[in-house]
Amino acid sequence: MNPLLYILQQVINAVALGSLYALVAIGLSMVFGILRMTNFAHGDMMMVGAFATLLLGGVGLPFGWAVAAGIAAGALAGILIERAAYRPVRGAPEVTLLLTSLAVTYILENLGILIFTSSPQNFPVPDWMNNAVQLLGGQITFTQINILTVALTGVALAGLGWFVTRTDLGLGMRAAAEDIGAAHLVGLDVNRLIVVAFAIASGFAGLAGALWAAQSGVVEPNMGFTPLLKAFVAAIIGGFGSIAGALLGGYLLGALEVFIVAFLPSEISPYRDAIVFSLLIAFLLFRPNGLLSRAQEVKL
Amino acid sequence: MSRAATLLVAALVLAALAAVAFGAPRLLGDYLGRVLIVICINAILVASLGIGNGFTGVFSLGHVGFVAVGAYASGILSLPASAKSAYLPDLPSWLSGWHLSFLPATIAAGVICVVLAFLVGAPLMRLSGHFVSVATLGFLIIVNVVLVNADNFTRGARTFAGVPLETTLPWALGWLALTLLVLARVAYSPKGRAWRAVREDTIAAQAIGIEVLPTRLSAFVIGAFFAGVGGSLYGHYLGSFSPAAFYFAYTFALISMLVIGGMQSLTGAVVGVLLVSLLSEALRNLERGFSLGAVTVPPLYGASQIVLGVVFILIMIFRPSGVTGDLELTLGRRR
Amino acid sequence: MARPEARATAGRPAEAPAPPLLAVEELRVAYGAVTAIRGVSLSVRPGEVVALLGANGAGKSTMLRAISGVVRPRAGRIRLEGTPIERLPPARIVRLGIGHCPEGRRIFGSLTVAENLRLGAAARAERAGVAEDRERLLALFPILRERQQQPAGTLSGGEQQMLALARALMARPKLLLLDEPSLGLAPLLVQQIFRRLAELKAAGTTMLLVEQNIAVALDLADRAYVLRTGEIGLEGSAAELKADYERVAAAYLGARR
Repeated sequence: MNPLLYILQQVINAVALGSLYALVAIGLSMVFGILRMTNFAHGDMMMVGAFATLLLGGVGLPFGWAVAAGIAAGALAGILIERAAYRPVRGAPEVTLLLTSLAVTYILENLGILIFTSSPQNFPVPDWMNNAVQLLGGQITFTQINILTVALTGVALAGLGWFVTRTDLGLGMRAAAEDIGAAHLVGLDVNRLIVVAFAIASGFAGLAGALWAAQSGVVEPNMGFTPLLKAFVAAIIGGFGSIAGALLGGYLLGALEVFIVAFLPSEISPYRDAIVFSLLIAFLLFRPNGLLSRAQEVKL
Repeated sequence: MSRAATLLVAALVLAALAAVAFGAPRLLGDYLGRVLIVICINAILVASLGIGNGFTGVFSLGHVGFVAVGAYASGILSLPASAKSAYLPDLPSWLSGWHLSFLPATIAAGVICVVLAFLVGAPLMRLSGHFVSVATLGFLIIVNVVLVNADNFTRGARTFAGVPLETTLPWALGWLALTLLVLARVAYSPKGRAWRAVREDTIAAQAIGIEVLPTRLSAFVIGAFFAGVGGSLYGHYLGSFSPAAFYFAYTFALISMLVIGGMQSLTGAVVGVLLVSLLSEALRNLERGFSLGAVTVPPLYGASQIVLGVVFILIMIFRPSGVTGDLELTLGRRR
Repeated sequence: MARPEARATAGRPAEAPAPPLLAVEELRVAYGAVTAIRGVSLSVRPGEVVALLGANGAGKSTMLRAISGVVRPRAGRIRLEGTPIERLPPARIVRLGIGHCPEGRRIFGSLTVAENLRLGAAARAERAGVAEDRERLLALFPILRERQQQPAGTLSGGEQQMLALARALMARPKLLLLDEPSLGLAPLLVQQIFRRLAELKAAGTTMLLVEQNIAVALDLADRAYVLRTGEIGLEGSAAELKADYERVAAAYLGARR
């Protein structure tokens, strides 16, 4: 196969994968930006979105509406969790927040097992989505799902961009992410901003979950675990707390993963995840503020 | 308490433990004996986990990675030569010739984990707060990936079986006693005070000359040793296991024991293990469904874990210092 | 507890005192075991500029934070136009009409100047007049108009102080709290800022000013209180205090008379 075409194909794969990582990473960064907490339960919002889409698709709702419902379900779940588990411990030391989110993810995954059993379930997608688009006489293929992924991600990102620059709420969120104390002092309703941040973050994750399930064809209760950690790596690489950083990190990570599998010797491929997390550790040590910031002193 | 009295009490306690250890299998029956073994192993693991966090403020989410290394390392070492050639035909020859009995294999597991902890901890203990937690989680994942892929050594994701069932209650209790003694000794020594100073305020600690990195690293390494030991005990209790046994679920179980019992003390670790183990057992029995008079509750598998998670969150909200709080039981403590 | 100095009556124009805009009664604020404010009472009348002076650690910033709602007092009352506000969250207090120009400016560096100003008005109850207010403020601080689209973090210290001031004023506050506006600024800039503050005062803005720079503070203020370790050591009109500088210094340092 023409090497150039092979590369092009991989680029398409990378963009599709990167879009999913970006969606999840952005949510993670948004919540960290305002609350300074790492929300481990974020990955489970993907599961909520995917299962909601599955259920509603199952009762006959057209796919598009089912995905919209998945997004809404994710957003709702995020709001509920914030209210029930995170607000009561706001202001507690970092460790407490982190542990609470671990507990939430444990509960959610077990709930998923309870309701749906731990075996993977089929995620049926409309036939038209599985159609592959062939270019150049079949040398490059990408499925409608890939197109949908990139398109929906683009729409989501555009919407978010408009929101944070043009609306007062979005502006307030950017302010709160920079200096939450000052946000209080200028009279912003910080509680409301936090709820909105969770809603958007979890909605994005729900969308990513539905798309991920569409791509892989299966849903299972712990589907969000590994993507969450990958999204974390992406967010750190780009700069934890920054939406632009999460975006950059998401696509970089997508590219890296595809690169490892497509271009490195096949013995290394299974160690892909180990490489990714070693990269995480490297960043945490040497460039903890990510690529989009000036390097700073590593604090002890 | 005077020195002599302390020694007398300690001797009595040990004698009682020994009596339980040797008499228990006959007195308590098989099921309870096995439950006690697991409790002892978990206590070792939770106490060593607590050393890292409660005492130095570094919350390592990678502890179970060391447990896994301990289980696999000791398992490989103690597989009889015949089993090695059957189960692990591709094992490198320098390893397949070796065979260690239980105690040396356990100690070897601990030592291997110490070396690994030095390598991993040297860079990672520079980080603080949730960064170190996530980085250690990365370590857990890397261990998992390596175990799953290093087929020649570990049989990959398939079950690693044939480990001799050597862990009896006397062994488990003995190691637990040793673990608690060593950890207590260290935690309440000047070194231990240095650890706590680092947790409370790293800058102030540095100001009085305590170096943060070596302090955190030593706690990390000691914790890893006992994690490896615990892993070996667990492996030789189960007899067969796979990498999935040493991943997120086990991590959360240990963390919940630590947190619910109390992160700041060894007593908390032990109390946490007891409480959570009892709670889990009771709830697991209910999971199969039960009836209360006219009401029948259907089987709800997984519900016990959900209840555990909810209890965890409630503790985080209302009593973050755990059931025991700051309480610590020591013999003859001088403050 | 040091006795407040006797209020001078000579030289004060006789007029019915307006009911206070802000009334603080027997306020007690503590951080954990440390009591920062022990039983302070003060008031600010409409149109007044009141200065709160004192050394570092005397409790001045804590006073402002208590009034803004950032910290909750252990005891005592804070009333804005008669309404008790000591238990309200900061956002509500801003909406009731208190603007805060914080210590260290606390502008949002990653947002543009224009966005900072827009945020200042976000908590406002009445949306009408936001555009006019912005025009008015940009006229008062022309340098901000020049730099409207720049990220606020690229502004100099003095410019940031003006932005912080303008941002607080965008909320059309009834009472403006100023926390150490001269901090970290060169004397020339301090003069510029205080000249603007004087213009605002002439336009009728009520202010409670916390300052370390006694001279400029007393030049601007009508009345002043001197805080020392959480209590009022001295109070009086600015004119009196300016005349008797020694007494002010003594109150600062706590010399016993």
